[in-house]
Amino acid sequence: MAVLVIADHDGAHLRDTTHKTVTAAKALSGEVDVLVYGDGAQGVADAAAKIDGVRKVLLSQSAGLKAEIAEDVAALINGLAGGYDAVAIPASASGKNFAPRVAALLDVSLLSDVIEVVDANTFVRPIYAGNALETVQTSEAKKVLTVRTTAFRAAGEGGSAAVETVAAPAAADGTRFIGEEKVVSDRPELGAAKIVVSGGRALGSAEEFKAVIDPLADKLGAAVGASRAAVDAGYAPNDYQVGQTGKVVAPGLYIAVGISGAIQHLAGMKDSKVIVAINKDPEAPIFSIADYGLVEDYKTAIPALMGALG
Amino acid sequence: MKILVPVKRVLDYNVKVRVKADQSGVDLSNVKMSMNPFDEIAVEEATRLKEKGVATEIVAVSIGPAQAKDTIITALTIGADRGILIQTDVDVEPLAVAKLLKAVVEQENPDLVIMGKQAIDGDNNATGQMLSTLLGWPQATFASKVVVENGEAQVTREVDGGLQTLVVKLPAVVTTDLRLNEPRYASLPNIMKAKKKPLDMKTVADYGVDVTPRLKVVRVTEPPKRGAGVKVKDAAELVASLKSAGVL
Ligand SMILES: Cc1cc2nc3c(=O)[nH]c(=O)nc-3n(C[C@H](O)[C@H](O)[C@H](O)COP(=O)(O)OP(=O)(O)OC[C@H]3O[C@@H](n4cnc5c(N)ncnc54)[C@H](O)[C@@H]3O)c2cc1C
Ligand SMILES: Nc1ncnc2c1ncn2[C@@H]1O[C@H](COP(=O)(O)O)[C@@H](O)[C@H]1O
Repeated sequence: MAVLVIADHDGAHLRDTTHKTVTAAKALSGEVDVLVYGDGAQGVADAAAKIDGVRKVLLSQSAGLKAEIAEDVAALINGLAGGYDAVAIPASASGKNFAPRVAALLDVSLLSDVIEVVDANTFVRPIYAGNALETVQTSEAKKVLTVRTTAFRAAGEGGSAAVETVAAPAAADGTRFIGEEKVVSDRPELGAAKIVVSGGRALGSAEEFKAVIDPLADKLGAAVGASRAAVDAGYAPNDYQVGQTGKVVAPGLYIAVGISGAIQHLAGMKDSKVIVAINKDPEAPIFSIADYGLVEDYKTAIPALMGALG
Repeated sequence: MKILVPVKRVLDYNVKVRVKADQSGVDLSNVKMSMNPFDEIAVEEATRLKEKGVATEIVAVSIGPAQAKDTIITALTIGADRGILIQTDVDVEPLAVAKLLKAVVEQENPDLVIMGKQAIDGDNNATGQMLSTLLGWPQATFASKVVVENGEAQVTREVDGGLQTLVVKLPAVVTTDLRLNEPRYASLPNIMKAKKKPLDMKTVADYGVDVTPRLKVVRVTEPPKRGAGVKVKDAAELVASLKSAGVL
């Protein structure tokens, strides 16, 4: 039983969500290959080859693959799937975009957001915003899963797999890539950061969000997150949204500032190791899951916190 | 131009989820059910396209129990012109939903399917991508802006790291993200009008699709609970606590 892991990267750097997906794949099989797709991604493939326990790395490059056109990525994986019993995909926005296509091409179910591999046919996944955990068993010949990477440890380094080139599929003719606007930041990525500082509706404006949340994050070397309310109101970019329908994070420390703690938000951060809530309402639901709660207006609490951090 | 909007009946997003004691699933008896919020956004978007004169007809389709009729009526209230309910008591999985929707598409020949990115019960985020694959139509998922002109849709998508813009040739499948629009409130006259709009009742057998679940649900359990924390009196105590917990 061999597993194909699809690498997650930003074009230049391999994300450690790939290492975590390798760990999930190893629970299925000892034969784990990694596929890197993109353009100019040789460095990423070389990095993937160093992941401990990887048998070989496949590298496929084209403009459509670089733009992560779902049709192209799924066609590539479908072409390789014959050699594998399972395909494991990090559950990023990109992975969620093409994974169901791979399953449909193979006429099998998608096992989405897997948090535990019980055995080769049995998987645990959260449903209802993580308010329930479903254990499902499949008897399908091939498995296609997206992996909730926060639930798995990262595989180590030390491998020396060979990198093989694979031809890119023909570009999908119904789709044209027009452009992208990516948020550039020197801070750690939300999904990888050890500390996350998130702001909510309480911040009231984009300027205030920047003036309050950013300096605290910078002082702590943290990534910045936000609630849906803050993103909807334009205080923070869409990519910052933590929750059921945004990013799922599980850092060592999560600091929620002016966030009430709706279940949809909790779904994205309740597996953090230590949770801090700063909210002026002592009844806010966020306090029911916070390890440390500070009932105070953020306008006085955050400057005091900055001071106490020195 | 005709738009098809699949809508799912789900546990209302405000309702507390209760796992059944026998671990067979989530308790859905006597609780408020509503249209999946992402599908409301999809119906709203279709309605705006109709109001702009881009679309001429909106068909809402739901696969579910008899009560999913209410979900279709909600769609008709927002602005859909007619509804199709494919009635079944089976909990139909995304791949089978996609197959049923493909059969509906082949009968209805819409130019665009707009649907939710994710149903908030199963949280699969799969059906739209699967439907696009089965139809061989382009997909544009997680849309925060849709502009339809000249037989194409320009879609701004919420992706890792920011936004991406694609142009897809119609017919295509678009799935909605939260920022696409804010659905309108139902007005009383529209509720009255909706009740008079046509609603076709169908069965799974009408489409010849096998909806037998492929996945066996072994058990459904509650997630581990976090232990109750403590309240700190000020920022200084917070920092001291975090230092002694070893996270700073
Ligand atoms: C389909 C669907 C999907 C969703 N997905 C997500 C998701 O992925 N992520 C997400 O976050 N939400 C999501 N939501 C939204 C969610 O239900 C809540 O509406 C949202 O999380 C609320 O954001 P908030 O806590 O910032 O705002 P609010 O609930 O308005 O809370 C603001 C908090 O700030 C506090 N406050 C106000 N002023 C101050 C002050 N000066 N100092 C300190 N505290 C103050 C208040 O006491 C309050 O608790 C989703 C909803 C739906 C329907
Ligand atoms: N039973 C159903 N009836 C109608 N539409 C559905 C059904 N299940 C899923 N969908 C559509 O598919 C989208 C994604 O659902 P899912 O893949 O289950 O997360 C939903 O937002 C709906 O638009």
